[in-house]
Amino acid sequence: MTHRNDRSLRVGALARVEGEGAMHVRVDGTTVTDVRLQIYEPPRFFEAFLRGRGHVEPPDITARICGICPVAYQMSACLAIEDACGVQVSEPIAELRRLLYCGEWVASHALHVYMLHAPDFLGYPGVVEMARDHRGAVERGLALKKAGNAILELVGGRAIHPINVRVGGFYHAPSIAELRALARDTLRPALDHALATVEWVAGFPFPDFTVGHELLALVDPQRYPIDRGEPRTSTGRSFPVRDFERHVVETQVPHSTALHARLADAGRYLTGPLARYALNHAVLSPLARQAATAAGLGERCENPFRSIVVRAVEIVYALDEALRLVEAYQPPEPSSLQVPARPASGYGATEAPRGVLFHRYEIDGDGTIRSARIVPPTAQNQPSIEDDLRRFVQDRLQLDDEQLTAQCEQAIRNYDPCISCATHFLDLTVERT
Amino acid sequence: MAKPKLAVWKFASCDGCQLTLLDCEDELLPLAEHVEIAHFLEASSAVVEGPYDVSLVEGSVTTEADVERIHRIREQSGMLVTIGACANAGGVQALRNFADVEEFRSVVYARPEYVATLEHSTPISAHVRVDLELPGCPIDRRQLIGVLTAVLAGRRPGLPVHSVCQECKLRGTTCVTVARGIPCLGPVTRAGCGALCPAYGRGCYGCFGPMAQPNTAAMVASMRNLGMSPQDTARVFRTFHAAKPEFQAAAEQGEAG
Repeated sequence: MTHRNDRSLRVGALARVEGEGAMHVRVDGTTVTDVRLQIYEPPRFFEAFLRGRGHVEPPDITARICGICPVAYQMSACLAIEDACGVQVSEPIAELRRLLYCGEWVASHALHVYMLHAPDFLGYPGVVEMARDHRGAVERGLALKKAGNAILELVGGRAIHPINVRVGGFYHAPSIAELRALARDTLRPALDHALATVEWVAGFPFPDFTVGHELLALVDPQRYPIDRGEPRTSTGRSFPVRDFERHVVETQVPHSTALHARLADAGRYLTGPLARYALNHAVLSPLARQAATAAGLGERCENPFRSIVVRAVEIVYALDEALRLVEAYQPPEPSSLQVPARPASGYGATEAPRGVLFHRYEIDGDGTIRSARIVPPTAQNQPSIEDDLRRFVQDRLQLDDEQLTAQCEQAIRNYDPCISCATHFLDLTVERT
Repeated sequence: MAKPKLAVWKFASCDGCQLTLLDCEDELLPLAEHVEIAHFLEASSAVVEGPYDVSLVEGSVTTEADVERIHRIREQSGMLVTIGACANAGGVQALRNFADVEEFRSVVYARPEYVATLEHSTPISAHVRVDLELPGCPIDRRQLIGVLTAVLAGRRPGLPVHSVCQECKLRGTTCVTVARGIPCLGPVTRAGCGALCPAYGRGCYGCFGPMAQPNTAAMVASMRNLGMSPQDTARVFRTFHAAKPEFQAAAEQGEAG
């Protein structure tokens, strides 16, 4: 009799996430006692094999941690190595990097909004099935994604694992004419698609669910953080990037090949679009701010299901910003700076589409890497995702296993977890005992 | 007639090669009219049972469980195509093959005993028969579409095995080695990317792996003549195709100076 209400839910391989994971929920009677996000993506040991490599290699090598956000890895790696070597790139190089990064935000967010997350709200298993009834919307999403990729291809050489990025800058700077043509033919039409996207997702049905996490995002005075900034929390504490590891502590749990990160003094926290928006909405471009207001986003969005609206607003911003950068573009001369090695440690952090991405390298005088540390966004979010799911399931125990499992999967996709990054995800099990 | 069934599988990898399929923005929906995308977890939670006419396999084998899984996939697949450097050669994670994986595990994890992994990262072909290898880190979108189109039409896909040098000539790119003294792996690297790096003023770094019968001895000599150290020469070959025999031998030649 005592076991009648005991349940165990299990979601096997999680779909529409990047990488391999599963989820396990245990319910004792009427209480959720355990929620585990099991990341079984096998480890690839980047931090181990980076040792002994040359100091100019991390942008190409760490890009291979994630095919969805390789530019984020390249940019954090470049900043960290340049920091170690005492080099600061020129403003034109920094602005061209920001333009490249805008391309990745557009491509990655469009992928998540249209192909991974929207099917949940509209009740389809995937984008191909969704296209049968919502062809126009899916074509708009594909056009947006293609616009992001067009930036990556022109500035980076290719969309996945761009080849044009190097420590110190770029191998080759695109011409003004090439960028103007890209803006006119691709980015301007895409901006209209992006605005339509905000309107479209703002009308989705959102489950009633709020969270009050501590948030962590970079803050870059005067502009929305992408390619640089200083880490700041929602309770107002900020610290230099070089102190990241003193404030963010990683621990290991048996059920995951991704490490769990916590703030040393505040515990679990959230990074990514919700955190960025809460800490930086005031410096969005007027067009993006207007779109956010029209979509009903206030100063802070506390419903993770509405993160899809924040991502759509960030697509508007990234395209608007890309157009501004193209308008102001002067090819950097030279396109890259020399970055001679010196024995030192260097630190870099940028805003990957999924949140703060931190790199640290310790290098020798001849440029040999002595040690490397990489803290990806999904590892930081894992404890908060588990906590949110515990509360989410607790309020929905009356649902049968099939419905509950489906809603949990949708809830996990709110965070756009990138498991390939984190191990460096999802099989859901709910155990009711 | 029933549509052919396509499955996409993932092993240890960055997801970039399967993302290439979603990056076919203009072709994805038309493709879905001609094939049933029966198993593609990154794109859909709907899973259709096998057997599958074509399986695309991304990633390398690094765990005991994955050894089992690739055998089950082979049994259910008509044609098995590996996509990318991880599946074809073990990928960048095969750098563990030249080191002590126990030590690697202790560098990354405080509790290494929680993490199950094999000593070596191995290509899919080390475990099962592979019908076609699509090269690249990542694969090229046009080559992927070309292969899928050929398979649908029932003809053998033609993939180039010549070097990147020929692509530079076709593209009209001035040789970066001859004109600017930049070391370039183009002469020994398989074509398929469209000779991107030289077009951006950079030497090829071999992300499509070795061409057929590469003259790596001459390549190593050229790199040394251009001033690269034995260590740097070895590293260039020992990156994304470290475990591919031709590049493994070249790395050893480079190291020997």
